[in-house]
Amino acid sequence: MTHHTNAEAISVHEEAANDRVMFGFWVYLMTDLLMFAILFAVYAVLHGNTMGGPTGRDLFNPKLALSETLILLTSSFTAGMGMIAARRGIKRQVLVWFGITFLLGLAFLGIELFEFAEFIHEGHTMTVNAFLSSFFVLVGTHGLHITSGLLWLAVTLIFVIKRGLNSHLVRKLALLSLFWHFLDIVWIFIFTVVYLGAFV
Amino acid sequence: MKEFWLGKLGWHALPHEWFTILGSISFVMLGLTVIAGLTYTKRWKWLWNEWLTSVDPKRIGIMYFIVGGFMLLRGGLDAIMIWLQQSLSSGASHGYLTAEHFQQVFTAHGNIMVFFVAMGLIFGLINYIVPLQIGARDLASPFMNTLGFWLYVAGVVMVNMFFLFGGEYAATGWLAVAPLSGKAFSPGVGVDYWIWSLQISGVGTTLGAINFIMTILKMRAKGMTLLKMPLFTWGSLCSMIMAVSVFPLLTMTLFLVFFDRYFGTHFFTTDAGGNAMMYTNLIWMWGHPEVYILMLPSFGVFSEIVSTFSRKPIAYYKSNVLAMIGVSSIALLVWLHHFFTMGASAEVNSAFGVATMIIAIPTTVLVFSWIATMYKGRIRFTTPMLWFLGFIAIFALGGISGVLLAIPPVDFQLHNSLFLVAHFHSTVIGGVLFGIFAGLNYWFPKIAGFRLNERIGRYAVWAWIVGFFVAFTPLYILGLMGATRRLDHYDSSKGWQPFYIMALVGGLIIAAGVALQIVQIIASIIQRKRLRDPTGDPWDGRTLEWATASPPPSYNFAVIPEVKTRDAYFEMKHLHAPKHAFEDIHMPKNTASGIYISIFAFLAGFGFVWEINWLAVVSIIGIIVCLIARTFNEDSEYTIPAEVVRKMEKARTDKADTHRKDSRDDEDDMGLIEFAKTVITWALGIALGIVRGKK
Repeated sequence: MTHHTNAEAISVHEEAANDRVMFGFWVYLMTDLLMFAILFAVYAVLHGNTMGGPTGRDLFNPKLALSETLILLTSSFTAGMGMIAARRGIKRQVLVWFGITFLLGLAFLGIELFEFAEFIHEGHTMTVNAFLSSFFVLVGTHGLHITSGLLWLAVTLIFVIKRGLNSHLVRKLALLSLFWHFLDIVWIFIFTVVYLGAFV
Repeated sequence: MKEFWLGKLGWHALPHEWFTILGSISFVMLGLTVIAGLTYTKRWKWLWNEWLTSVDPKRIGIMYFIVGGFMLLRGGLDAIMIWLQQSLSSGASHGYLTAEHFQQVFTAHGNIMVFFVAMGLIFGLINYIVPLQIGARDLASPFMNTLGFWLYVAGVVMVNMFFLFGGEYAATGWLAVAPLSGKAFSPGVGVDYWIWSLQISGVGTTLGAINFIMTILKMRAKGMTLLKMPLFTWGSLCSMIMAVSVFPLLTMTLFLVFFDRYFGTHFFTTDAGGNAMMYTNLIWMWGHPEVYILMLPSFGVFSEIVSTFSRKPIAYYKSNVLAMIGVSSIALLVWLHHFFTMGASAEVNSAFGVATMIIAIPTTVLVFSWIATMYKGRIRFTTPMLWFLGFIAIFALGGISGVLLAIPPVDFQLHNSLFLVAHFHSTVIGGVLFGIFAGLNYWFPKIAGFRLNERIGRYAVWAWIVGFFVAFTPLYILGLMGATRRLDHYDSSKGWQPFYIMALVGGLIIAAGVALQIVQIIASIIQRKRLRDPTGDPWDGRTLEWATASPPPSYNFAVIPEVKTRDAYFEMKHLHAPKHAFEDIHMPKNTASGIYISIFAFLAGFGFVWEINWLAVVSIIGIIVCLIARTFNEDSEYTIPAEVVRKMEKARTDKADTHRKDSRDDEDDMGLIEFAKTVITWALGIALGIVRGKK
């Protein structure tokens, strides 16, 4: 076997591995979606159980939620641009676009934490009633996903700086941007069901 | 300060009841024996390098068998304890367990049998056999597989912690129904142990399921289209698809219970707007499909066995596949039949009742597929085949009683009675456990290189079948007489005691069956030379796993076979497939990351159980660090050059040839008397040796 065909065999092997990992990640995203499905169902059942306390309509600030939505949608766009750069192998653009994504994610998280802090400060904690329990856990679980996405993104970018854009890291970025778009979609449902739903 | 470092932990937690102390002592003794043995034979390094850190699905499969086998004994002991209490505790006598202990015992029995016996053994079979059947060399993600296994082990340790370490177990029944499982009604750590043992092993199951879906759909040998896949692989695929569809529900539901208990939220509480029936819905949305997750691989095992031992291809292959897909789809839509008495409307109850009855149709298609395969076949009544026939009898009984229970008005009478208990034991023992035993007997030669003793195996099958009917027929009758499940005491005027005693006798016969299975394995090891399988194909098999050596090399196949027909290997044997040139093989490197992550997961769970917050936080950080270290490690594979493969294959075939030459065919499989003689002779020999050595 010559050197040339050997290298070719390895790249075929790697391509097959890439294909499998992408597929597996889609399956994982589906399982994650099912976990959110449970939380949505729980919220649908419990959101009326305020036990005389304030309802969503009294508590939520739709402008804040809209700004969160716009920030997250923009971050999905920048992640897409970063992915195009990654496929073309332009390291600097990858760092810039994903860097912006990171900052937007951080801003989203900041607004969410601000909202939570305000609620808690006013005494509307998750232990008060079933409505608040389901609200905090549904939105909080999404926030926790965003946090882990940010951590993952930061670590990946550090490795991109250290190792350059190799095939492993491009694959990591592809999975990461899938994850990010997924969180975007889940947020759109949260925005619709939780925030807009409260004002219908 | 003490509260910060130790949470709720204190000396009072240590085992202090007689049965936890006994359990604790026996586990410590077992552990010390293993440690002493390993140190004496200097096997620690070997154990770590060859087994614990292995990513070879064959080795992981064997480790699943070992852990699952021990848990079978553990859960079986619980079963005998339950029956003993119930046959003693009538009228003035209150048996030997308090109500609280009794509740912990039946809860542990259910959890251990479903999560750590059935799931463990099924995952063991899938790990070992599926890659071989589809002609793959490893799994799509070897790391996820080892992580899944070690999370399962962490769950096993967690479920046994209450007597290994201290505290108590949940006294709530195996699904910890709300609001009983809430802090208000179960203030102890039992439910927390329950949450974290299920949570940790459940995440392992989800990872394993994703991995096997990837493997089966993406890594089949060239030419193996979906409709040429062996039926065990089909059953596993259906089962794993169901697992990824419902295990996330379990994970989230357990988190919600945890939030209720730890942070004081109100999901399933009786106050502040919580909804306890929502818990019942959520848990059964996972719980019912779970039964079929266990059942479908076992259906696949039976398809393989019937076909091989009838010397015929499976009859109605496509209907068989379609039926398995049908079972797995409908099984997602029947969960409400577990609580018809909840008070949903008649329309809702009938819809779920009808769906439940419909599921009997694809199941029956499967049974007819097996019967039609046997029809006009040249049947060999080997042990796996006997397990299969026992399964048909018991499973049919369970199926019929299940259809009966699916009728809501009937269910209102029988809800939570012993009739129900007898029903689901018929399906799970007949359907799952017999399938696992049949599969282990069938594939044992592939795994060990020698087949199991047939004669003692037959005794074990009969002990199980007879024991099953003696134990569970009285439970059906008791259920119809009005006995509810989980009773630790009943009035003597009921006249139930003789039936409970009969059930205990049946349980002891089953225990004898388990003992015979252990004897069967030991006797086979003694006679391994005579039982050796030098060909790799002891049963005249039909699918690819028989095309490689027994036991297979680490890379499974030196040359990956090309599949042209459904019973790929059976055709190959008769066509003499052409030899291909060897090529380089890429294999994954061993890794200990799975073990480290599982240790951290265990510690995090332990921290949450005893409310040691710092431990939980530190452990979660540990998990994240391990995950980053592992996923950004780009050097996870090694290559076996083609020349080395050629040498290894030659050494292997040479060895098989010599084995074939000195394989002996002159003795029968030993019986019990001969086994006893051999063991006693050995023991005497060793004793004499010691005495002489002293002189």
